[in-house]
Amino acid sequence: MNAAKSFSSRLAGWLPRIVVAPSLLIVIVTVYLFILWTGVISFTSSKFVPVYDFAGFEQFVRLWATPRWHTAVANLFIFSALFLLLSTGIGLLMAILLDQNIRAEGFLRAVYLYPMALSFIVTGTAWKWIMNPGLGIQKVVNELGWTSFTFDWITDPKMAIYTVVIAGVWQSSGFAMAIFLAGLRGIDNSVIKAAQIEGASLPLIYRQIIIPMLRPAMLSVIVLLSYIAIKSFDLVLALTNGGPGSATELPSTFMFSATFRRNQMGVGAASAIMMLMTVAAIIIPYLYSELRERNNG
Amino acid sequence: MANALSQPKPMAEVLPRQNRIRLGRLFIYAPLAVMAVLYLMPLWVMVVTSLKPLDEIYGGSFIGPPQTITLDAWRSAWSQACIGTECTGLRPYFVNSLLMVVPAVVLSTGIGAINGYILTKWRFPGANFVFGLLLFGCFLPYQAILIPMARTLGLLGLAGGIPGLVFVHVAYGICFTTLFFRNYFVSLPDELTKAAMVDGAGFFRIFWSVILPTSIPIIVVSCIWQFTQIWNDFLFGVSFTSGGNSPITVALNNIVNVTTGRKQYNVDMAAAMIAAIPTLLVYIVAGRYFVRGLTAGAVKG
Repeated sequence: MNAAKSFSSRLAGWLPRIVVAPSLLIVIVTVYLFILWTGVISFTSSKFVPVYDFAGFEQFVRLWATPRWHTAVANLFIFSALFLLLSTGIGLLMAILLDQNIRAEGFLRAVYLYPMALSFIVTGTAWKWIMNPGLGIQKVVNELGWTSFTFDWITDPKMAIYTVVIAGVWQSSGFAMAIFLAGLRGIDNSVIKAAQIEGASLPLIYRQIIIPMLRPAMLSVIVLLSYIAIKSFDLVLALTNGGPGSATELPSTFMFSATFRRNQMGVGAASAIMMLMTVAAIIIPYLYSELRERNNG
Repeated sequence: MANALSQPKPMAEVLPRQNRIRLGRLFIYAPLAVMAVLYLMPLWVMVVTSLKPLDEIYGGSFIGPPQTITLDAWRSAWSQACIGTECTGLRPYFVNSLLMVVPAVVLSTGIGAINGYILTKWRFPGANFVFGLLLFGCFLPYQAILIPMARTLGLLGLAGGIPGLVFVHVAYGICFTTLFFRNYFVSLPDELTKAAMVDGAGFFRIFWSVILPTSIPIIVVSCIWQFTQIWNDFLFGVSFTSGGNSPITVALNNIVNVTTGRKQYNVDMAAAMIAAIPTLLVYIVAGRYFVRGLTAGAVKG
């Protein structure tokens, strides 16, 4: 009786761990073991299917000797820098304007944020049509009388990456707005009132007090947008399909086409590891600081 | 107002101030309105283009309202457009996406709920570490697991079809749903579970009759987030399925990238709308919860 009871109570003690174990197992396998597996493949000579020989850094050397990869990395820098700058700037501006006790705030917020509910494939399809030089913006402006106006970035290898920036900013700046607005709503009004009584002007209050207080929100926005930028894949595929040529290739599209289209699985795995290391360098310190603050607070 | 009347102020002091405020208001509303127009423009363009006959598209402007409204493009996108060599329209792929999204959302939300419950109300040594492991999964660049997942799905006999996609979405969805529920349950007072325990309720009983009834809002957040993510997914769909088994995003991309013949932009736009309508509807009906899911990764719980 006693033994049975202690068994059942011990079982009850272990029950939470037993219930959480399958999820943990799935995540350990599908996240961490799979990362390791990809890492292993990046050190083999795998092409069409994985082979498990040891080829050293051969695939990484080959990756960094591929001009297409250089284009992808350069594009990632251009795209992320502009995407971050514009989304953060526009998002912050919209959040500050929305926070001025205005009418129809709910409606405007909904309008700015609805692109986040769309698939990047839908966004890419729509913008591809809008920016198409034959029938889109260029044609409309030309017909309005400005006949020399050209907007053919999407077919221009030098400019095509900026069309990805436009569509990306359109889709994601509302997200930055939502986080900034949540941050603004969390600021204690008495601080602002005090500054107003001291005679500080509104722009000064924003520059000197409110925007510095938004630092945690700013950090979250930058980290989350960088993550979106690095994994951007569907947007490029739908908008430009990596083209013209390889002009809008990003690491994510490079990895996909190397692995599934060009039978260079080893190179694909090596590029995936490069992407992972970039994301980890941004995300792990962020998560660490978030968790630590949470435990202290 | 009453205050201003009872204590009249010199006009010189009142007027410029009001003017300044009106001008200030203009500087607030004008950019907000311009932004709203820019944000709505692509949706407007998609809708009007999908309602125009093809001749009007090639002859007119892309942004103007349709002269003649026709639903032919919608009909074609839904049941006739060619995806690869099969001219079935989007309908079977829409069904595929539904068959994928419903079980994946239910499973990942249910598992996330019980994980969040354990990680907050039944804390064990290492619970924080477990949470950290799950949390990094939210920020995994999926390229890093594509090759092993493709091999594993093959080994499990799940390759190329909807059940495989359900598995993938549940596996990576758990990370997000656990985060949602953990951050929500952390703010529930422990007295709630302790009182139930004193009354003799066990692990599952407390979850079912004490915790779950209080967590309707976060269940909605989790379902909406998962629905949007999984419906909109393209990478897993294009990597792990082929042909008639693809979800709708993959089929849409195939329709749009058809290069033969005169480009049917109206069908493209109707197809894009069909793919967008389920998540747009969810957003319109429950936008508040959608925003909470979005900001969950940023705002501390």
